[in-house]
Amino acid sequence: MEKLVNLKINNIPVTVPEGSTILKAAHDSGIKIPTLCYLRDVNEIGACRICVVEVKGARSLVAACVYPVSEGMEVFTNTPKVRNSRRLTLELILSNHRMACLTCPRSKHCELLALADEFGIEAVRYAGDDMQPRIENTSLHLIRDNSKCVLCRRCVTTCRNIQEVGVIGPNDRGFDTHISCAFDRDLCEVDCISCGQCINSCPTGALAEQDDTDKVWAALNDPKKHVVVGTAPAVRAALGESFGMPIGTNVEGQMVTALRRLGFDKVFDVDHAADLTIMEEGTEFLHRLQGEGSLPMITSCSPGWIRYCEQHYGDQLDHLSTCKSPQQMFGSMVKTYYAQKCGIDPKDIVVVTIMPCVAKKYEVQRQEQRLPNGCMPVDISITTRELARMITSAGLLFDYLPKGRFDELLGISTGAAVIFGATGGVMEAALRTVAATLLGDENAPLEFKDVRGTEKGMDSIRVAEYELPGRTVKVCVASGISNAKKIMDDIRAGTCEYDFIEIMACPGGCINGGGQPLHTSYEQDYIDIRGLRAGALYNQDESMSLRKSHHNPMVKKLYEEFLGEPCGHKSHELLHTHYIPRKKHIL
Amino acid sequence: MTITELKNIRAEMLVHMRLRRPDGSAIFESLENCPIKKQVLVCCDTGCRSSKSTEILEALQQEALDAGLEHRVIIEKTGCFGLCAAGPVVMVYPEGIFYAKVKPEDAGQIIREHIIEGTPVERLLYKEEHLEQKTPLLFNTRFYKHQMRIALRNCGIINPDKLEEYIALDGYSALARVLTEDTPQGVIDKLKASGLRGRGGAGFPTGTKWQFTHDAKSEDGVKYVCCNADEGDPGAFMDRAVIEGDPHSVIEAMTIAGYAIGSSQGYIYIRAEYPSAIKTLQSAIEQARSYGLLGENIFGTGFSFDLELRLGAGAFVCGEETALMTSIEGKRGEPRTRPPFPANKGLFAKPTLLNNVETYANIPWIFQNGPEAYAAIGTEKSKGTKVFALGGKIRNTGLVEVPMGTTLRTIIEEIGGGIPGGKKFKAAQTGGPSGGCITEENLDVPIDYESLMSIGSMMGSGGLIVMDEDNCMVDIAKFFLNFIVDESCGKCTPCRIGTRRLYDLLTKITEGKGTMEDIKTIEELCDHLKNSSLCALGQTAPNPILSTLRNFRAEYEAHVVDKKCPAGVCLSLTHYYIDPEKCRGCGMCPGVCPVGAINGVLRAPHTIDTAKCIKCGRCAEVCRLGAIYRG
Amino acid sequence: MPNCKTLVNYTGTPQQEEQLRQVIEKYKGQPGAAMPVLQEAQEIFGYLPEEVQVIIANGLDLPLSEIYGIASFYAQFTMNPKGQYRISVCLGTACYVKGAAAIVEAVEKHLNIRNGGITPDGKFSLDCCRCIGACGLAPVMMINDEVYGKLTPEKVVEILNSYN
Repeated sequence: MEKLVNLKINNIPVTVPEGSTILKAAHDSGIKIPTLCYLRDVNEIGACRICVVEVKGARSLVAACVYPVSEGMEVFTNTPKVRNSRRLTLELILSNHRMACLTCPRSKHCELLALADEFGIEAVRYAGDDMQPRIENTSLHLIRDNSKCVLCRRCVTTCRNIQEVGVIGPNDRGFDTHISCAFDRDLCEVDCISCGQCINSCPTGALAEQDDTDKVWAALNDPKKHVVVGTAPAVRAALGESFGMPIGTNVEGQMVTALRRLGFDKVFDVDHAADLTIMEEGTEFLHRLQGEGSLPMITSCSPGWIRYCEQHYGDQLDHLSTCKSPQQMFGSMVKTYYAQKCGIDPKDIVVVTIMPCVAKKYEVQRQEQRLPNGCMPVDISITTRELARMITSAGLLFDYLPKGRFDELLGISTGAAVIFGATGGVMEAALRTVAATLLGDENAPLEFKDVRGTEKGMDSIRVAEYELPGRTVKVCVASGISNAKKIMDDIRAGTCEYDFIEIMACPGGCINGGGQPLHTSYEQDYIDIRGLRAGALYNQDESMSLRKSHHNPMVKKLYEEFLGEPCGHKSHELLHTHYIPRKKHIL
Repeated sequence: MTITELKNIRAEMLVHMRLRRPDGSAIFESLENCPIKKQVLVCCDTGCRSSKSTEILEALQQEALDAGLEHRVIIEKTGCFGLCAAGPVVMVYPEGIFYAKVKPEDAGQIIREHIIEGTPVERLLYKEEHLEQKTPLLFNTRFYKHQMRIALRNCGIINPDKLEEYIALDGYSALARVLTEDTPQGVIDKLKASGLRGRGGAGFPTGTKWQFTHDAKSEDGVKYVCCNADEGDPGAFMDRAVIEGDPHSVIEAMTIAGYAIGSSQGYIYIRAEYPSAIKTLQSAIEQARSYGLLGENIFGTGFSFDLELRLGAGAFVCGEETALMTSIEGKRGEPRTRPPFPANKGLFAKPTLLNNVETYANIPWIFQNGPEAYAAIGTEKSKGTKVFALGGKIRNTGLVEVPMGTTLRTIIEEIGGGIPGGKKFKAAQTGGPSGGCITEENLDVPIDYESLMSIGSMMGSGGLIVMDEDNCMVDIAKFFLNFIVDESCGKCTPCRIGTRRLYDLLTKITEGKGTMEDIKTIEELCDHLKNSSLCALGQTAPNPILSTLRNFRAEYEAHVVDKKCPAGVCLSLTHYYIDPEKCRGCGMCPGVCPVGAINGVLRAPHTIDTAKCIKCGRCAEVCRLGAIYRG
Repeated sequence: MPNCKTLVNYTGTPQQEEQLRQVIEKYKGQPGAAMPVLQEAQEIFGYLPEEVQVIIANGLDLPLSEIYGIASFYAQFTMNPKGQYRISVCLGTACYVKGAAAIVEAVEKHLNIRNGGITPDGKFSLDCCRCIGACGLAPVMMINDEVYGKLTPEKVVEILNSYN
């Protein structure tokens, strides 16, 4: 039995489990204590002092986010002393903050702005500093502007503890403390994996994706260009949030219409390429099972993960599937198959992808993915957030848009492709096809719930065994780099028993990618955002008649008309790639 | 080592050590059977070493060797006598003759006249300012009379490098007794009965702290004992003096603590700025290990304890207990929120006991002399003695140890010998950057933890800086704020940004741009930092401002309203003038003025162009007629 | 902090690097190894350039950002080499009250360097420091491990000249 503690918050008796913080106890009794640096399970350091409350008998105010409750405690969350302290803290932060809210990409979701509003801060009395932008924008995926940083360190703990990448940290001390890479190097010079999880944890506009929408507009307005767009599975499960829809709303139809109205010449679905990926990757896995290549085989859809692996496990790259990611397969097919079929010079095609991910911006420029015709598969990759911005600025009232359908050639997909967006989805999709290949469609199971994050916990490493003719196949699914690290260390040590492993860089998979709509720490604390978004994808999968990649008619057609067979010669030329060990700590 | 061996060493060494009585009460009978007739001790603490005391030591040894005295005289280095202002100092036993400001070239005379012929060297004897004659015995000086040395009991008496000398003065006897006769709870009870409180700052009862750590559960049984030797208060150096003069008292006390709380590993976190103390401590630990006083199975009791040194790297905040532990853990020394308190979850998340050097230095004495003896000293709530580092505008700068309850007046006027240069006392600052200042009217308050708090200051680690009329209190407050801005760890908002804003506002005032509104803003911000900062550093950072504002508000207002710095410190508010009555136009000052701000023809009064003047003060320095003044 | 970027070319020798590796080996696996390793590394190289911090990060299997975060936190760690004679003028309270500011100025003027700087010949570097615990002799400064007390601006010049 859980031990309970009785206390009073604002004179109201409350009973909560032992070990709860004041913040939690207050929330459970209907009182919201404002926070800034706090991010549940990620950053619990009591540093910003916004959440201070009065505890009877305590010498000073205490930080509710970390202060444990105790029997008989009396807490006051709204006294003049508390309110005044929070106001002064806010004023201090604002005196050292470049208040450029009008031009800040974060102004709609800024937690600092919301606090200033809540507390009615009308003026900052301290002279403050002459704040100039302190922009670092050398990487392909992210912009940091430390003149807007409040030093909450949510990005640091996310990078260090959740992702265990650890390329940023607090440097110097006191008033000079700032978040940056070692030696204040640019982000492009360190082993950042571009996952963008730091952006999602930032409360202000100090971190944002590189905005590539101008490039997209330019392409759309260029009459000489044929602009083709493809959308990743996870985008449809989150885009609606940017327009005030409930988390977990699937907006595939409106999204397609919006893209068409923005002026894209063709609106395709990267889900189609996901089915194609399964055909290739499934086949590759079967080959490896037969002894052609190393086991375990590890998925290669997540560019953040790939970069991490190249940097830290350069000696284990033969375990990575040689399949390009769905984004890159999509672009590759547009600029070869589609171009050929429509008689357009691939050089005149601009391929734009909408991704839940900022690492995709990095992936599109990986030179080893260049096509034999000299083209890069994808030209511009923008995030869900950027798409929302384009839709808004184009004046499209998203809620009112009729539902549209993807253009057929590269737009038809199966349920297997839809679930790519959630952790475990690629594995399940692959298993559907692999099992069907070995057991026959009628005998093979359709759902593999053991690998789903929605069933077993998003942050867990999930393991399952399946009996297939000839052998038992052990599979494993992990998301988040800290989990990936554990598995890779086992592989390196030779103690890994799995045959097939799915790894996604972002905890929870693409639905929680670094390019998805932002939520405040409060929403992150109390809403199962990842679960709701994943739920939208699994619901769509369930509602579809085609749920296995090899049943996709357009994929079949693609093989018949163009590629030949999975993992055949042409596939290898267009759909597969290789990896390069990359040095840690570039000097 | 067994207890018998310990006793043997003690007995053997005592023959010499009996001679070393600062009050001159050496037991002369013991001289008869002893070939050693004289002992010369040279202070080799950082202070005296900076005035070549090591050379003095070597010169004395050489002279003694040349005179063939090597078997009849002991010449040793020792720790701080306290009277740093008189350094380098040399003490000759058994008489207890005290030589001040000795030079290496004086060695021959000391050996010849004093050691061989038995006549003290009059020339080198210490002379007190207020007396005509010299005072041969340190013990009889005004500086010494009011003192009571417990924490510093061995400093200046033993050679810190010789474990045997420490043993001779009952060293490690407390540990031996505790390990063989006492239970851990018994140890804690005695400590509680002594009334000892933490000497590092807030004065938390030490016994209670030990009790908490003793009672805390550790899943794997691991607990730690830590020593805070990161003496951060700029102006306090008693911890360094104890370590350089008597390192084993800290080692012994930590071992007792280990036994009491159930720990077998200790860490001493020491400032890297103290190279000599680090060396002394390192060698003391090795000696203790080689004697089996640290390590496995101490005194054959089955109790094991060992110590490791960890060096600080220049961060004041690491004096805060959680920051210190974070630093030992090899991270940025940022404080953590409490609870959990270190007693339950400290270093490496294990129950941890942390005391500072001076606190530990008291502990062997308490177990040698009994808690009652200790509790008999001091005031009702503050027992024992306290060491103060006297500095600033005072004659006898140095280290003093007085019973709790001594008045500040006694310390400043008697022990400290008053303010030099006929200047007027203005304030005494205690508690360093976290403390406050005490004014004339409170000089007669008996000093203890509570009384200092009640007059708006705090004990802190015991830095005591005296200021005279030439010090500007706004400038002093700004100095401390500047220190804090530099030393804030940067983790929590109020301290990181708030201290900087306070500094900005004070700068505004010292530059003559302040308004009365600014003073209000300062007070409000001070209050905010006190209430809302994460750790004690931020919570106490406003103290120097609040205390100077309370006691010297008029001085602030002079800066703000009259745009004047009464002490003539704040450059923007001071100007140099030439008194035309006194100036004879000698032409010295225009010659040294770096900016050519002084005009005038030879043999006629000169003038200073205040617009050009950079206030470097060179002119006033060279004027032999005192015609140039600041106002 | 002006001291956070290495401004000179790396001149570490293979012997020094080997020494560092031995230090890392000694502390590896011990809790809290980063601090003593950084301290000993600074002993070996005189300062902590990027190259050295990379060796430490790789050796202790810690992110470079963490190592740098520690190195830039503590005042004792320096990213730039110090002079053959390291001058630290104490700015503790006792020294401040007794005119340490004038001492700093005297050193700055005489050597024509600023606080934190180094003479072009690499002979002297100047840093202000917090209390070196010789308050009885205020104002004081240290040159390497040597302490000089009861200073006046004139005395400072005399002392500095004795190092020439």
